[in-house]
Amino acid sequence: MHAPRKDYKDLLKVHAAPGEPFVWLTSMGLAVGILMVIGLLTVIVLNGLPVFWPHPVYAAQLKAGVTSPIANATSVVGEIAEERTKSVKVLGADGKPLADQKEIQFFVGNKDAYGFSFAFLDSGVIASIDRPKDVLVVERIEYGDAIGTPIALKTATGETIDAGTPQFPTDLQKRINEGNTRRAKIERIEKTEIGRINSRMTELRVKGKGSAESQRQIADLDTKYNVLAAEAKALRQKQMQDELVLRLPNGTERDILIGNIVFAYYPNQLGLVAKTGIFLHNIWGFLTLDPREANTEGGVFPAIFGTFVMTLLMSVAVMPFGVIAAIYLREYAKQGFFVRAVRIAVNNLAGVPSIVFGVFGLGFFVYFLGGSIDQLFFGDYLPTPTFGTGGILWCALTLALMTVPVVIVATEESLASVPRGAKEGSLACGASKWQTIQRIILPASLPGILTGLILAMARGAGEVAPLMLVGVVKLAPSLPLDTEAPFIHLERKFMHLGFHIYDLGFQSPDSEAAKPMVFATTLLLIVLVVLLNLTAILIRERLRKKFSTGAF
Amino acid sequence: MAASQKPNVMSDPQSTPSTSSVAASGAHDEPLKSDFIKIDNFSFWYGAKQALFNISMDIPERQVTAFIGPSGCGKSTLLRNLNRMNDLIEGVRHEGDVIVNEQSIYDPHIEVISLRKRIGMVFQKSNPFPKSIFENVVYPLRVAGQNKKSVLDETVERSLKGAALWEEARDRLHDSALGLSGGQMQRLCIARAIANRPEILLMDEPCSALDPIATAKVEELIHELKKEFTIVIVTHNMQQATRCSDRTAFFYLGKLIEFDLTGKLFQNPSQKQTEDYITGRFG
Repeated sequence: MHAPRKDYKDLLKVHAAPGEPFVWLTSMGLAVGILMVIGLLTVIVLNGLPVFWPHPVYAAQLKAGVTSPIANATSVVGEIAEERTKSVKVLGADGKPLADQKEIQFFVGNKDAYGFSFAFLDSGVIASIDRPKDVLVVERIEYGDAIGTPIALKTATGETIDAGTPQFPTDLQKRINEGNTRRAKIERIEKTEIGRINSRMTELRVKGKGSAESQRQIADLDTKYNVLAAEAKALRQKQMQDELVLRLPNGTERDILIGNIVFAYYPNQLGLVAKTGIFLHNIWGFLTLDPREANTEGGVFPAIFGTFVMTLLMSVAVMPFGVIAAIYLREYAKQGFFVRAVRIAVNNLAGVPSIVFGVFGLGFFVYFLGGSIDQLFFGDYLPTPTFGTGGILWCALTLALMTVPVVIVATEESLASVPRGAKEGSLACGASKWQTIQRIILPASLPGILTGLILAMARGAGEVAPLMLVGVVKLAPSLPLDTEAPFIHLERKFMHLGFHIYDLGFQSPDSEAAKPMVFATTLLLIVLVVLLNLTAILIRERLRKKFSTGAF
Repeated sequence: MAASQKPNVMSDPQSTPSTSSVAASGAHDEPLKSDFIKIDNFSFWYGAKQALFNISMDIPERQVTAFIGPSGCGKSTLLRNLNRMNDLIEGVRHEGDVIVNEQSIYDPHIEVISLRKRIGMVFQKSNPFPKSIFENVVYPLRVAGQNKKSVLDETVERSLKGAALWEEARDRLHDSALGLSGGQMQRLCIARAIANRPEILLMDEPCSALDPIATAKVEELIHELKKEFTIVIVTHNMQQATRCSDRTAFFYLGKLIEFDLTGKLFQNPSQKQTEDYITGRFG
C-alpha cells in the first residue's frame, strides 16, 4: 500500500466516527424519494385542480393588418390556457431576433363554428387586451364550450327576451335547469327503463323459443316500450324549443338549443364566492357525471365506480387465495427444498410483466373459462358471448393473480412473526393445529395480512396494461352494479380510471382539450388509491389494538 | 413404588409417599399411584444431537416433582416430552416410552390432542392470548367444543379461584388479558391450564420472569394445586424446589443423576455431582 493512501484513511478515522457517513447516505436516499413523490404530486395537483376553477375570458384586439386565426374576426376571445416562450426564435425585419418571443395559447371554444378550440397568438400582434363584462361561457353537451356575447333568448311561444333586460340571467338559468332535469329524465327512460325492457325481450326471444306465451309477453313489453318511447320523444321535442342567441367575435350569431346547455356563467362578473361555487360545482360534476364527447368533457363517474368495484372484487379474490396458500406454506408444508423452490417461484411471479398476466387472463379466463361457462350456461345466447369476452370478473381475477405474490409474502412474514409462545400455549390447551391457526395465529397476523392487501390494492388499482386485454373499455354503456337483478353484473365490461388516463392522453382526437382532464383524472386516481389504502390502514390499526401481541 | 431402575439413583425407602395433605382432601377412593407418570428408559434426539440419555423415573400422583439442573441439562426437554410438545420441532426422535396413568403417550391409538387435554402446561414466559380474561380461561373448553354459557361461567370462577386470581379479576373478566400485570398473567395461564381439569400440570420455570411477591403467590398456589393435580415443575431456583416440591430430580448433561425426596436430596445427596451443584460449586 502507498503511504498517502494510509494517511487519507487516518484522516477519515479522525473526522468520522465509524459508519457515521452512512447516516447521511441513508437520509439522502429517503430525501430523494420524498422529493420525487412531492414533485410528482405538485405537478399533478397544480395541473389538475385549476381545470375546475373558472378562468376569466379575455378579448385580445389584434393590430391592424394581422389576420386572426378566427375567420373574419379582428379579435380573439377566450380563456388564456398557456403563455410560453417560442421554441423557434422569430426574426424581425432587421434579421435580429425580436425582443418579445412570447406566444399565448387561447382556449376560444366554439369548436362547431371555428373547427378548432385552441388558438395561438404571438404576443406581438396584440394591440390591446381586456376582459369584457358581458361575455358568456356556455357549457354544452356537444362541441365543448361556446364563448360569446349573449343577444337574446328565443322561447317556444315566439317571445324574445333581450340580453340587456334584467330578467335575462335568471330566466336563462331557470330554463337551463329545466333542460337539465328533462335530460336526466330522458336518460333514465332510455337507459334504465327501455334497457330493462330490451334485455327482458332478448331473454324471452332466446329462452321462449317462439312459444305463444313468450310471444304474448313480448307483445306486452312492446306496448310498454312504445309508451316509454313516446314519452321520451315528447321530452326531446321540448328540449328543442328554447334557443339562446350568442354573437361570436367574428360577428356571426349562433342559436344554441337550451336543451343542449349544461351550464352557463359570466366569467368576468364573478366574485370569489361565485368562483368557488363554480369550482365546487365543476368538481361535483366531474365526480358524478358520465363522460361526454369521447371522454374529454363531462365527468368520470363510471370510471371511478368501475375502478372501485374492480379493486374490491380483486381484494375479495386475492385475500383468501393468498392467505390460504401462505398458511399452507408456513404452517403445514414440511420446510425443505421443495417449499423453498415454491417460495422463490412465488416471489418471481411478482416480477413478471403485467401484460403477460393480461395475455394469460385473456387465454385462460376469457377464452377458456368464459368460453366454457358460455357453453354450459348461456348456450342459448351464442354466438353472442356472455362470459366469453372481457369483463370485470376476469379483470379482477387477472389482477388477483398478479398481486397474489404480494399477499402470500406479507402473510407468510406475519404468520412467522406470531410468537411461538402463543402457538404452544394454544396447542398445550389441547387445540388442534387448525384451531390454533384459526383462533390464535390468524387473528394475531391479521394486521400483517392487511398490509399485504394494501400493497396489493395499490398495485392493482393503478394497473392498466393487463386490463386492456381482459375487459376495460373506453366507454361502458352500463355500470357493473345496478338496480337490475342480479344487481352485480360480473360479465360486463367497465371503465377504469387508469385506462381513462391513457385513453384521454394518447387516444383522444383533441389532445389539447384533453390535457387538463388527464391531470384531473390522475389526481382522482391517486386520491382513490389513497382512500382505499387509508381505509385498510384504519381497519389494520383497529385490529392491531384488538389483537396486540405485545405481551408475548 | 418410587423406585428407579437406574442404579445411580438412590431409591426411596419410603413405600408410601408423603401425601398426608392429599389424603386429607379425600377426593379419590383409590390409593394414589406412585408411578402415575412412568418414564421408561427414555432417550431423545434433536436431529443428530442427543439431549436425553436413558432416563427412567416414576413420578407419583398428586405430588410436586421438581426438575433441577444447570442450563441445557435436558430438564425442559423432558418436561416438554410429557405432553409431546417437542413433536412441533422438526427432526426430533425418541427411544423408550413414557406411560401416563398406565397408557403410553406414544400409543398410536391415542391422539396427541386428547393427551394434551389431560395435561395442562404453564410456560416460562406467560403467554395469555390477546383475548379477554374470560376467553383465555375457557379456551381449552372452547377448543374441545364446549360453548354452554353456564359451564363456561362455572369454569371461569372455579379456575380463577384455583389460580388465586378470582378476587382481582372478577370485575374485569371481559377486559383484555393483556392489561394484567406480569404475575397476574402467569396466574391467568395457570387458571387456563387447569380449566379443563387435567390430571397433570407441567410448569416450565413458571416464576423465572416474576418478582418475589408474585413468585411467592405462585408457589403458594402450587401448594394448593397439588391437592388436585400431579405437578411437575422445572426450576432454576433451588430454594424454590425446596420450598414447594415433594421430590426433586437432578439432571446433568441429559442424564438423570439423582431423584429422591426433596429433603433427602438437598440435605444428604448421594451423588457427588448433585452435591457440587446444590452447594454452588458449578452450575
